[in-house]
Amino acid sequence: MSKRIQAAPGAEPAAAGWPDAVFRALKDARAAHMSYVPDAGHARLIELFHADRDVTVNVLTTEEEGIAIAAGAWLGGRRSVLLMQSSGVGNCINMLSLATVGRFPLLMLVTMRGEWAEFNPWQVPMGTGTAAALAAVGVRALRAETADDLVATVASAAALAYEADQQVAVLIAQRLIGAKKW
Amino acid sequence: MVTGAPRAQSGLDRRQAVAALLRERGDLLVVAGLGSPAYDVHAAGDSDANFYLWGAMGSAALIGLGLAQAQPARNVLAITGDGEQLMGLGGLATIAIAKPKNLVIAVIDNGRFGETGMQPSHTGRGLDLAAVAAACGFTDTRVAHDLASVNALRDAVHAPAAGPRLFVVKVKAENPPRSLPPRDAVHLKNRFRARLGLPVA
Repeated sequence: MSKRIQAAPGAEPAAAGWPDAVFRALKDARAAHMSYVPDAGHARLIELFHADRDVTVNVLTTEEEGIAIAAGAWLGGRRSVLLMQSSGVGNCINMLSLATVGRFPLLMLVTMRGEWAEFNPWQVPMGTGTAAALAAVGVRALRAETADDLVATVASAAALAYEADQQVAVLIAQRLIGAKKW
Repeated sequence: MVTGAPRAQSGLDRRQAVAALLRERGDLLVVAGLGSPAYDVHAAGDSDANFYLWGAMGSAALIGLGLAQAQPARNVLAITGDGEQLMGLGGLATIAIAKPKNLVIAVIDNGRFGETGMQPSHTGRGLDLAAVAAACGFTDTRVAHDLASVNALRDAVHAPAAGPRLFVVKVKAENPPRSLPPRDAVHLKNRFRARLGLPVA
């Protein structure tokens, strides 16, 4: 993992705290279980979950594992959330059939790559195709461009997933996170 | 040309083996991998506490992990095939790190991709899934070749454990008459949750 810089350093003091606000939104939605493949954009949120003794956390070798784990957690009565970056969405495609055919609540938080000041061409194809790939297999993608919008979007997505049995991915714009400093 | 010659087969009947694993199952929660393991589990007796897969290959053990974490007071048994577990090989690393004490993975290993023409799988060419699990950090890994050994595995499933377990049951490569579980995953999910006293939809 490399560090990221804000798109406009120092210009968005409110934006810097978005992981904490997202964490609170997820706790308010009674998420008690989390799985992740790390991304620098999720680093703070991952720390917060690891520090919370009421949440079971799994680190994954590949993102599709989290789709299966979340379904199992729901079978057993726990609300799960899955963190990944956009490249990981491509790894999930067939496994998402479990969530959609079983109408399992699924909440994915996806940090976007390949779209805002991206330096790495290898991130571009999957970043470009993330929303279309999710739509193709029946997963709703909700995109957030600003920190305030993100927190509200996560709260909305959590309700859609946990209350309405929907499969929802929140796409966190790369501009919101900041271009990757190399 | 594929390296690794097909290995000699076990003579164990898979239906007998799975029925033995599920004997007097009590509160046991079961996830069944797609294909023959799902038919075997269904043939042993349908239950609301069974969740059968018809797809999502590679997911059975990991559904078991999420379930075991959500229901720490219950034992969870994921019964799957060698092909299905091979597709989810990385999941063994994830389960080993998660260290659930109430999860057992039983791999019904015929060394073949049984649903697609009995092509030899990696285990059929020599890969040792129990050794893979042990290397990942599973606390108990065993290989059974006969019914007496499977009966011992059944008792182990219901006994306290220090961490995740993976048992390989070597069986004869054959396709017994299919015993088809329901295919509607929403139905399977809802009846499973109802069995646990959880709200349904």
